[in-house]
Amino acid sequence: MSNKLLDWIEYRIPMMRVAKMHAAEYPAPKNMNFWYVFGFLATIVLINQIVTGIWLTMSFEPSAERAFASVEYIMREVEYGYILRYMHSTGASAFFIVVYLHMFRGMIYGSYQKPRELLWVFGMFIYLALMAEAFMGYVLPWGQMSYWGAQVIVSLFSAIPVIGEDLVIWIQGDYVISGATLNRFFALHVIALPLVIVILVFLHIVALHEVGSNNPDGVEVKRKKGSLKEEEKTKWKMHEYYTNKYDIVDDVVPFFPHIVLKDLVAFTIFLLGFAYVLFFNPEMGGYFLEHPNFEQANPLKTPQHIFPVWYFTPFYAILKAVPDKLGGVIAMFSAIIMLVLLPWIDRGRVKSWRYRSGIHRYNLLVFAAVFIFLGYLGGTPQEPWKITASQICTFLYFGFFALLWLYSKNEKTKPLPERISK
Amino acid sequence: MRKLVVLLSFLVPSLVFAAGSSYPLDKAEYDLTDKASLQRGAQTFMNYCMGCHQAQYQRYQRTFEDIGVPLELGEQNLQFTGEKVSDYMKGAMPKASAEKWFGTAVPDLTLVARVRGADWLYTYLRTFYVDDSRPFGVNNKVFPDVGMPHALEELQGIPYDSHEEKLIDGEMKEVYAGIKSDGSGTLSPEEYDQAVLDLVNFMVYLGEPSRLEAEDIGRWVIIFILVFFVFAYLLKKEYWRDVH
Repeated sequence: MSNKLLDWIEYRIPMMRVAKMHAAEYPAPKNMNFWYVFGFLATIVLINQIVTGIWLTMSFEPSAERAFASVEYIMREVEYGYILRYMHSTGASAFFIVVYLHMFRGMIYGSYQKPRELLWVFGMFIYLALMAEAFMGYVLPWGQMSYWGAQVIVSLFSAIPVIGEDLVIWIQGDYVISGATLNRFFALHVIALPLVIVILVFLHIVALHEVGSNNPDGVEVKRKKGSLKEEEKTKWKMHEYYTNKYDIVDDVVPFFPHIVLKDLVAFTIFLLGFAYVLFFNPEMGGYFLEHPNFEQANPLKTPQHIFPVWYFTPFYAILKAVPDKLGGVIAMFSAIIMLVLLPWIDRGRVKSWRYRSGIHRYNLLVFAAVFIFLGYLGGTPQEPWKITASQICTFLYFGFFALLWLYSKNEKTKPLPERISK
Repeated sequence: MRKLVVLLSFLVPSLVFAAGSSYPLDKAEYDLTDKASLQRGAQTFMNYCMGCHQAQYQRYQRTFEDIGVPLELGEQNLQFTGEKVSDYMKGAMPKASAEKWFGTAVPDLTLVARVRGADWLYTYLRTFYVDDSRPFGVNNKVFPDVGMPHALEELQGIPYDSHEEKLIDGEMKEVYAGIKSDGSGTLSPEEYDQAVLDLVNFMVYLGEPSRLEAEDIGRWVIIFILVFFVFAYLLKKEYWRDVH
């Protein structure tokens, strides 16, 4: 009976074919380690944000008069509303944690290199859309940091010559950040940007499955058709979409169930941390929910310190490191553009840092440390030494890309193994 | 227009700005499970705070139920503004008058514990001291030049900065010895500290009334995840047994 039903459906829509092609018979390298779980986790968090977001929308009122009060209504009077709200607020920070780790994974194992350039670029577009989504979402509760954070970020656009001032008014829909701004940010946050993100995630996965997953060794598991002996080919049944075009090395497992089960274990560990924050420490010491944001937005009362939420602070530090406003804005956007261009800045042929030069490993680690330190500098009260430190770190941040471009051309790399090493 | 806002914000008296004092904060050892403390805190809150402030996001009924006060008892003894027990905790003072009398909007206290923190509140309410240069005759250590009178003076008495002589390096020197009460209050210093701690406890509750429930649920969720982890791990191990 159920087989008959499945056949009936399959005849009309390729449900089983897609499930096989992208899960049960998708070849995934068997050596994918814990760094490879963050894409899966990001998908889970995205679903969490969408589902809890829908429920929050049922009680949230996007107006300057009611936004703050309606959030407290959700916190106090909607049944389990506080859980929905904390799932959404914790999810926002969790999203960036897993996305940053996901991106760093791509960097250390060279997952952006040929033929995965577009995959990386789509990923960066997701990251950009996510930043816009998070920024606008943070404005919605209409607390003090929502308001003044928005003030700072939106006013950045005024640094653009000629059209800047008008552009700011156009974005705000008013001469100041106001209820009109809140309303349009709400529309963008709940409809426009989630749509964009979901479409980009779809493209990201389509691109991934077309070129195949990279792995910690950076050795391709898909080889030229006819280049492998029969005993070197995988014993698993993989979809003919892949096997018709390539010979697949015996170093793969099917994505389902093997990789999914690995992801499931990682997911439970992730969930443990997520549940701890959600139920016991939703403010995370003022990093996930900033203390001043529990006070309603007041255009006449400037908070003593204005910080963006932690996931923007590295870029905020770069912005503040440049004395000139326009220069700061350019530096900040360049910092992100550099990442987008990474596949072309890195001229190396060897992907994984396991087989690349010592200077490359060192460069990557310094970059990670600099990024974290920039986050600290941008997220703590201003002190004179921090300006100098931010400038040095900004220099080092861009230095990573400059050095990479220079040494990657004639880099001394280790010989790649023929197959994925045990 | 933005320039105007910035300009205006400079003209607004400094008392609306967040306190920038670095006065060391005392630790508030509050306990949300201590219902008696919460009830005493609620009593102080309703009697001394709600005259000017409000807690407009929280209902009386929810409060009474959570801290274990029978609704009728609460309505008769803890509500002073003639509202129904199902109403939000709005104060007795009209907003416009407040601005006129104090020169600033009186802040809502529903979330004040989440904005300031328990330690800040605990220290703030215990560090008013006589300062004749201020409109209300008192100033505050952690919130210098605050626009609020010492609302708990009836309990604490009149607090003043005290100094004492101490032998330092062979010389008698006058050193600061903290804030002392003149003893005109109804409470002893220890009782006053306890009353403030109860009040802070209540305000922490008020900031996040679901705190205890969240932790109760959270414990079960974490236990479930730990059990689930064992099964997920074993299943993964089983499937990967033949791979390596």
